Amino acid sequence: MGAVSVKAEALMQRLAGLARPSELAAPREAAMARLAGMGLPSKRDEYWQYTDPAALNATVALPAALAVDDDAALFGALDAVRLVFVDGVFDAAASDDLALAGVTISRLANAPDGHWAETAYGALEALGQTPIARPWATLNTAYATDGLLIHVTGKAQKPLSITYLRRDQLTDAILHHVIKLDAGAELTLLEQGPAAARLNHVIEVDLGTSARFHHIRAQGRDMGRRAVTHIFAHLAGEALFKSFTLTADGALTRNEAVITFAGPNAKAHIAGAAMGDGAFHHDDTVFITHAAERCESRQVFKKVLKHGAVGVFQGKILVKKGAQKTDGYQISQALLLDDGSQFLAKPELEIYADDVKCSHGSTSGAIDDTALFYLRSRGVPLRAAQSLLILAFLADTIAEIEDEAIAEDIRAGLETWLARHES
Amino acid sequence: MANVEVDLPQLEVRDGVDRETIETVASMGAYKYGWATDIEMDYAPKGLSEDIVRLISSKNGEPEWLLEWRLAAYRRWLGMEEPHWAMLNYPKIDYQDQYYYATPRSMAIKPKSLDEVDPKLLATYKKLGIPLKEQALLAGVEAPEGERRVAVDAVFDSVSVGTTFKAELAKAGVIFCSISEAVKDHPELVRKYLGSVVPPTDNFFATLNSAVFSDGSFVYIPPGTRCPMELSTYFRINAENTGQFERTLIVCDRGAYVSYLEGCTAPKRDTHQLHAAVVELVILEDAEVKYSTVQNWYPGDEEGRGGIYNFVTKRADCREARAKVMWTQVETGSAITWKYPSCILRGDDSQGEFYSIAIANNAQQADTGTKMIHLGKRTKSRIVSKGISAGRAQNTYRGLVSMHPKATDSRNYTQCDSLLIGDQCGAHTVPYIEVKNTSSRVEHEATTSKVDEDQLFYCRSRGMSEEEAVALVVNGFCREVLQALPMEFAMEAQSLVAISLEGSVG
Repeated sequence: MGAVSVKAEALMQRLAGLARPSELAAPREAAMARLAGMGLPSKRDEYWQYTDPAALNATVALPAALAVDDDAALFGALDAVRLVFVDGVFDAAASDDLALAGVTISRLANAPDGHWAETAYGALEALGQTPIARPWATLNTAYATDGLLIHVTGKAQKPLSITYLRRDQLTDAILHHVIKLDAGAELTLLEQGPAAARLNHVIEVDLGTSARFHHIRAQGRDMGRRAVTHIFAHLAGEALFKSFTLTADGALTRNEAVITFAGPNAKAHIAGAAMGDGAFHHDDTVFITHAAERCESRQVFKKVLKHGAVGVFQGKILVKKGAQKTDGYQISQALLLDDGSQFLAKPELEIYADDVKCSHGSTSGAIDDTALFYLRSRGVPLRAAQSLLILAFLADTIAEIEDEAIAEDIRAGLETWLARHES
Repeated sequence: MANVEVDLPQLEVRDGVDRETIETVASMGAYKYGWATDIEMDYAPKGLSEDIVRLISSKNGEPEWLLEWRLAAYRRWLGMEEPHWAMLNYPKIDYQDQYYYATPRSMAIKPKSLDEVDPKLLATYKKLGIPLKEQALLAGVEAPEGERRVAVDAVFDSVSVGTTFKAELAKAGVIFCSISEAVKDHPELVRKYLGSVVPPTDNFFATLNSAVFSDGSFVYIPPGTRCPMELSTYFRINAENTGQFERTLIVCDRGAYVSYLEGCTAPKRDTHQLHAAVVELVILEDAEVKYSTVQNWYPGDEEGRGGIYNFVTKRADCREARAKVMWTQVETGSAITWKYPSCILRGDDSQGEFYSIAIANNAQQADTGTKMIHLGKRTKSRIVSKGISAGRAQNTYRGLVSMHPKATDSRNYTQCDSLLIGDQCGAHTVPYIEVKNTSSRVEHEATTSKVDEDQLFYCRSRGMSEEEAVALVVNGFCREVLQALPMEFAMEAQSLVAISLEGSVG
């Protein structure tokens, strides 16, 4: 009882300073009703035991110093539609024209009454609340101030590339994108940048039959930033969903992915590479529900941790009764480069169908001494040898990116980070 | 085996199938140990209160400190909440609707030797296949070649009815007796070690046990002693509406070794019965304990009526360097199993191993696994868990591997495999992995699959019935664990696997 009132109290305090925007009022009302029953997460919740939500629960965002902008932006050479958010607000002047064949894009911040997203906004988030409540996503639905509503009717010719810039040390942003792919539609979405000192981010992706969605995200490297993100994906038959996230630094990052197979023969691959040096806490929490036959899910998560960094992985595959011929695979691995770092994992399987192939693996350890010795005996200097082995360790996650040019950009981003953190 | 109904038409004899096989299959009837012994019992009044705790303590003739210890646990328990994080679904337990103490009337004055024990009790154990008579062996009659001798402590409802081979064990300096005797005869040992591994404040069920435990076994192996025979405790719940709360304490002193076996059965009853045991193992420098369990409490009928609610806290403390523990469990019984035998690897270079087969059929639910807490340097642990679900059962592996910052150069390997038979059951895996230093390596693997069709087909084409084929394939799936059991237990476990899966195919 005590815990419930503490959580409700935390929610009241968090909401005190927030104003609810008027667009898409109906789904926001519904989210408020859901939220009232949840309260905010506490460290006593099963799915928050490894990550302390206190900084997310605080009424105001803690300041996060701005990083020197010495990194080259990723995906610079790609032919893409560029969209820019500054401190959580869409910057039309800095963005390309929103016109793209087969895609209609509008802003959440000025969605008119009767907008198509009225029924889609918050729908997958609501579905994703069972069996485990995700209050931050619900709060996001109710209070998001900006975001994009993207309807894909055909094959998008170019990727959408979103850059989230941060100019203020205290930005507290709530962003929500809704992406709807009709049957057979295709879209690649690229995201990069630190976005805010504290970011609450939700993406809902509804994939129609045989739709294909690729998502590549590079979370900004500012050390002090905090983020809680959710991706809710709902796959119809034969659909393909692929998501890759690169996280470098950040005081706190909680990335949740909630994926549901609703039709047969669909595929979802989700991968993450995280690198942390110092007071870095990174949490991947994945929940995949197989509710249809012959679907394939794949989770590949790798973390490189040093100087007290903490990596968390909580991944679950739920196979419902009747979801026969499911193929579920999950791997989570950590390289701990020194004694101060920690890897905390909870890879779960919950299976109610017998004709399935599900497995998970999790390993943790230091860099392989034999491999290191081999490289050094071939004249590779220690630091370079270490970097090489770290890159090799993370390679499985990058292999999940289909587009070679994008994969190359991510690899370059990784190398830059490693070069900066060699000591 | 009064109530065994065998559907004979299914057992048509085919060429090339010998009679014995047919009989084995026929004997895979319902639960074999479901009969009850009609014996006069003394009960404490139903329900739980300080008075009941005092009564249990006075019945056992306990010293003041132990009564205080129990009462402190009881008072703490009153403020605790029953845990519900396990994947178990059962109606609310009414803790006031249980008998916390039941003893055969003939045990009111403790018999001095096995000869004075009520013949009905001895007959019960004979029927269960537990040898309590040692005279023949002691009289110098040679045991048949290869037959190993096992000393047995038999616990019937709330009290220990007898311990065999006590004299011979005493010669080696080994103390093996019921815990109530140990409290009287070896108070210094009991006081030093009781609750030192599982403190009375540990968890809801362990705290309840600390308040009301009635009996159980106590083992002390002195330094440098290899226990001359296997020790065994046999638990039997007989009385209706009675909870069994036994407490086992094993202390293996420096350089000593013991192999300990534990078996359990209960009669068929339509009501659920509560079992909340605590097992504590204290293992000192260079000592080794092997603890094997075949848990075959009454699982309830196909509809989930009756059966034991089994909430057990088992923990081994490898307190000093190079201590070693091996838990092996075959869990086939109980309506509800909530059990996580754990290893605290405190001593440097200590080792913990956990081998488990958990079978859940019909309406059974099992949530079981282990905890490996690595505190010492260069500690090693290994987990091999085989879960089998059939019928409408739910089977969960739940485990923790924790590498503390100081447990450098440690190692863990975990293998969790689940097998599903039929599309109405569930198999779940919930491992927690916490690594807090760089030099340790942790590996976890888990798979879930169904019984291999090709293997089944092969067996069927060789004339086996579907059930025999499944039993054979499942035994193959479990072999790594079966191999870890002492030989006699392995045989028993193998046939138990077959019996437990009865009715799960076709």
